[in-house]
Amino acid sequence: MGIVIIADKCTGCKLCVSACPYGAIDMIGNTAVLNSRCNDCCACIESCKVAAIIFEGTKRERVDVDLSQFKDIWVVAEQREANLMRVATELLGKGRELAEAKGQRLCSVLIGHKVRHLAQELFEHGADVVYLAEAEELSYYRTGPYSRVLSELIIEYKPDVVLFGATTIGRDLAPRVANRIQTGLTADCTKLEIEPGTGALLQTRPAFGGNIMATILCTRSRPQMSTVRPGVMAVAQRQPGRSGDLVEKEVKLRRADFSTEIIKVVKGEKRHVNLEEAKVIVSGGRGLGGPDRFALIEELASLLGGEVGASRAAVDSGWIDSLHQVGQTGKTVRPRLYIACGISGAIQHLAGMQSSELIVSINKDPDAPIHRIADFAIIADLHSVIPALIEELKSRGKTVPAGASGQAAAA
Amino acid sequence: MRIIVPIKQVPNTNDVRIDPKTGTLIREGVESIVNPEDLNAVEAALGLRDKFGGQVVVVSMGPPQTEEAMREVLAMGVDEAYLLTDRALAGADTLATAYSLSRAIRKIGEFDLVICGRQAIDGDTAQVGPQLAEFLKLPQITYVRKLDVEADSVVAERVLENGYEIVKASIPALLTVTKEMNRPRYPTMSGIRLSFREKEIHWWKAEDFDAEPWRIGLEGSPTWVKTTFSPPRKAPGQILKGTAKEIGREVVRRLTEKNLI
Repeated sequence: MGIVIIADKCTGCKLCVSACPYGAIDMIGNTAVLNSRCNDCCACIESCKVAAIIFEGTKRERVDVDLSQFKDIWVVAEQREANLMRVATELLGKGRELAEAKGQRLCSVLIGHKVRHLAQELFEHGADVVYLAEAEELSYYRTGPYSRVLSELIIEYKPDVVLFGATTIGRDLAPRVANRIQTGLTADCTKLEIEPGTGALLQTRPAFGGNIMATILCTRSRPQMSTVRPGVMAVAQRQPGRSGDLVEKEVKLRRADFSTEIIKVVKGEKRHVNLEEAKVIVSGGRGLGGPDRFALIEELASLLGGEVGASRAAVDSGWIDSLHQVGQTGKTVRPRLYIACGISGAIQHLAGMQSSELIVSINKDPDAPIHRIADFAIIADLHSVIPALIEELKSRGKTVPAGASGQAAAA
Repeated sequence: MRIIVPIKQVPNTNDVRIDPKTGTLIREGVESIVNPEDLNAVEAALGLRDKFGGQVVVVSMGPPQTEEAMREVLAMGVDEAYLLTDRALAGADTLATAYSLSRAIRKIGEFDLVICGRQAIDGDTAQVGPQLAEFLKLPQITYVRKLDVEADSVVAERVLENGYEIVKASIPALLTVTKEMNRPRYPTMSGIRLSFREKEIHWWKAEDFDAEPWRIGLEGSPTWVKTTFSPPRKAPGQILKGTAKEIGREVVRRLTEKNLI
């Protein structure tokens, strides 16, 4: 019953050995042979080009997983060029809550090259254990090597929950790993809680462009995996000097892992737009009427010490670079102050900024939905209001910081 | 070149509204469209076919009305279309969907590239592309906004949060593309005629593409939706009135009070 390798048909090509995420296939001589680690995930069947592997048995069923074997909350600590990304510390904050609720440990996975020093930062943000996997081939993120290392760690240590930042890396890595492990993954969670009684992870996320919220469960498989956007969870409190256990994993990569090659990395020539960490954001939308009006937005943002944001309409019209886009298909932000200028407030935009501490809306249309979620709604022409705001700030001694002009990246 | 493009028919979520009384989605009158980034994927495939010759094959999993979406892309110039429609496929999460698509693609045969849209505007997960790549054991490049084919590899520009990287993958490979990739072409009159009169859509049930029953649909989905609800509404704020100058002064006063300036 289950996976069977037909020895006579096996050509010894070893594709199945590479495909198996559990290391359940050994080569004896020139023939592939199953060992006890096989759990019928069928990855080998799909990889065999000569149909030498079959699934035998009259009733093929899912293998029931013993959920109680899976413990601990894991956070995949995203690092780029040996710098820890802020989203990792945000996830550790939420991870600690989940770990406390379950009476389990909070662990973090650190994958890269020359990143060992980041473990201390992870311990100080609440990790009890850091799993470290280092190799030169892991310097830059690539799907193949990273998904192999992470899958092997998960299979070996059996975490209950694994959290990733929903970044260009997380959204590339998490589904690949979820699939290799054959488990469930929920994207862009805005809320994570432990269900009282069952101990299951309740994963809440927006769908239909933000029009609706859905709470998702992953009941039959483990680990329960989620991605969370940067800026959604609060950063964990730092406890300087806190320590934990460092577990080093030996990295053994295979040729098959290197199917992609990074030829060149080009950093944005424009000043890095860090909306997710901004305390103040002034955003412009269709009501601005054109790209040159963003100069007003820039000036106001500079005087307030903030960043420039934009609605999708402004970006799609080519008035400003998409790096500034806030919303469902842009960035999620939670600044202390968000000023929306000439933005109607479509649900997809709100999805990206509604957690801002204080929202000010400036839109001459009294029916614009943005006014309904604003703390201070200004139903007036932004072309008069913004200059008035700028004048008032300047009269109180505010100035535009040197070198800040031209900060908005042109489309 | 033989290029496979999985597409999805979705409700136009830009038009979806919440019923204020019940808190549920109002779907009537909301038209079904081809997922926008899937059109970018189809255009990318057609562009490569125009340059190198070959065929573009579209595959989609959905209810029978998905045929409309298939006709639309056939009218753009797609060569072959496979519609996977079966009650047993319903209720699938991204894992079960990717599994079903992968079995169908295996059945469709050899290919050079699979090009997907980055994410669908209803699910918003961006998971099916990479999961499909894993099932098919293909190298993947996500967030692609530009691509070129040379010899036996594909070279793509992959968008990062701050900049981009140039990634090379050996063919066959899977790519997910964003709307920055291109401007999808409109169907021509002759394209529409060909699509509706001459081009055939292959309708497949689960058994037609060797899909194991326990891995498809609701049965094959590790995740499922427990509840849905409309996003909580914020308490209404205050409307500030007066001349521009007065408003300017009032806003700055209040923000200073709250320590935000």
